[in-house]
Amino acid sequence: MLATSHAFKANAHDALHDRVLQRALLNLKSGFQDKRAQTVARLPEWEALRERGREIKNHTLAHLDFYLEAYAAKVEAQGGVVHWARTGADMRDIVLEICRSVGARTVTKGKSMIAEEVALNEFLEEKGIAPIETDLGEYIIQLRHEPPSHIIAPAVHLTKEQVADSFREHHTMLDAARSLVEPRELLDEARAELREKFLAADVGITGANFLVAETGSSIIVTNEGNGDLTQLLPRIHIVLASLEKIVPTLEDATSILRLLARSATGQEFSAYTTISTGPKRPGDRDGPEQYHVVLLDNGRSNMVGTEFQDMLRCIRCGACMNHCPVYSAVGGHAYGWVYPGPMGAVLTPTLVGIEEAGHLPNASTFCGRCEAVCPMKIPLPKMMRHWRERQFERHLTPNAARYGLAVWGFFARRPALYHLAARAGAWLLGTLGRRRGRFASLPLASGWTNTRDMPAPQGATFHALWAARRRAPGR
Amino acid sequence: MADAKAQIIGQIRRALKRDALPPEKTAELSARLATHHRNLIPDRVARDHEALVELFVEMAGAANATITRLDKLSDVPGAVATLLAQENLPAQIVASPALQDLPWDDRPVLTVRFDRAQGSDAVSVTPAFAAIAETGTLMLVSGPDTPSTLNFLPDSHVVVVKSSDVVGPYEDALDRMRARNAGMPRTINFVTGPSRTGDIEQTIQLGAHGPRRLHILLVEGDG
Repeated sequence: MLATSHAFKANAHDALHDRVLQRALLNLKSGFQDKRAQTVARLPEWEALRERGREIKNHTLAHLDFYLEAYAAKVEAQGGVVHWARTGADMRDIVLEICRSVGARTVTKGKSMIAEEVALNEFLEEKGIAPIETDLGEYIIQLRHEPPSHIIAPAVHLTKEQVADSFREHHTMLDAARSLVEPRELLDEARAELREKFLAADVGITGANFLVAETGSSIIVTNEGNGDLTQLLPRIHIVLASLEKIVPTLEDATSILRLLARSATGQEFSAYTTISTGPKRPGDRDGPEQYHVVLLDNGRSNMVGTEFQDMLRCIRCGACMNHCPVYSAVGGHAYGWVYPGPMGAVLTPTLVGIEEAGHLPNASTFCGRCEAVCPMKIPLPKMMRHWRERQFERHLTPNAARYGLAVWGFFARRPALYHLAARAGAWLLGTLGRRRGRFASLPLASGWTNTRDMPAPQGATFHALWAARRRAPGR
Repeated sequence: MADAKAQIIGQIRRALKRDALPPEKTAELSARLATHHRNLIPDRVARDHEALVELFVEMAGAANATITRLDKLSDVPGAVATLLAQENLPAQIVASPALQDLPWDDRPVLTVRFDRAQGSDAVSVTPAFAAIAETGTLMLVSGPDTPSTLNFLPDSHVVVVKSSDVVGPYEDALDRMRARNAGMPRTINFVTGPSRTGDIEQTIQLGAHGPRRLHILLVEGDG
């Protein structure tokens, strides 16, 4: 998908004025935040598990070459094939080649953020192969030709009325008199429509939540069961995964699995956690004849050893965006690419470049909730600050902000002058605003006063108060 | 392809500022892979077997599975027939070949096919390899006599669990799997309740693409 992250400010502005979107976003709190809090409260070991998860991934990343080679050898020893893709284009070509090797016409897909990252659907369509998304949310946005707005709830930006409209438009066999008012009715319609597709597909493509070096297995975590039907029924199963999905052992995977569902949906465990190891065995009555894994780098190996390495611990649970005040206000589409919210603000500049995505690290109030809820303890605000520094160093920050910072820097390096200017400014504003106690407009501060009043300063400056407190007797 | 692998591995090593790991380090990491070291296991499973069975029942129920407790394995066909009648379902089921030895003939009205599932099957019956009390999770292992399609295609999935197969954490179930000495199965399904989705306005609906109902028959004895 083509990134429009450079337009974040305009996108966010539009999103704030989109009433339907704002109504849909209200569901985030009850749907995600409250449920997560309740489930986490039931597990006294939560903080210790987070720390353990962090250690497992840090250990893995420090020996990433070893674990990837061990994993690939195990997959191949059990009859699977591992393909290495340096770029998104490489991954697309590998998938196309596998599809063509069996003359595939239709491909069912479980939810895969990697497929979104490399824009696989558009590519397959161009080549005459029909990809069919089977996750309900992904299916809905595929009908609407929209990108996902959330990494685990791709259609969270839509209301049920919008979903009903899309089904009526695309399901041509649908009886016009049939009610599509309730979520239950919408689900039954999609279930019936997709059941046929599952049974007819030539190739099934899924993502992976984990790759296990010990056993050469891939693990998917779903609630709908669509991922399992996708990988069980067709002749070929293709797993799309990025390098950092690897963990050493099954025990390392179960340890992180205890964090994943609770962080993502507030469930104790997702309905389906499936460990897949190689193709159909002798005597098996079902299962795919071929099992392929395509491992994607796409810039991740460049993150190893840098200040952004911590981001490779991410398990894509979505907790950071569910708890982000900026995401909650503007939704996922405003971020302009595949990964929204705080994790997207850190990851997107790495993958599409700071020139394109320079605004995203600024889409934060630095309230710190994302880091507090992150199951892998990723210091997201710190990494957004790193990006802001790089943006400044590379002169990508707007001139107004640069001049503003230069002026502030001039005073900050001269404390006596700073205190004098602060006192003079506070006195001036305090005097001018004495009557109303606030300003409806101020020069150079329209960004603030366009939407709310600026309070007039009262009394002494912070520095003066601080100094007075330290001098006060009895302290 | 080999070229892409070499380039990616090479780039990772450059980023880590080192060459391939020395033999003593790879031996250490290989040992880590071989020892199945456990990380932190939640305290909630530190209880005796009887209490674990109760925890399993509680957690599976919380995940919207329904549970019937039976005295012995030979009660399974009768319990399945009762269930079909209660739910107004046709007396036609597809079952894992692994369950062929149960006394199905006691229920002549019931038509049982022992095979993988097809798209038209409404009810399946399968055995569980283990049941994990920690989260009320079933562990279903694929094999010639336990096809995985039975776990996903039918609308109603009935799972037979022997109470002696109830364990505390996932790790106990993995150890049992390794003790078979049959290598990794092609598919391990951890199933916790019926299929569900929250994709439309965050409202949880059961029965997305997999089974709408998950019914567990928990059997005390072996007979």
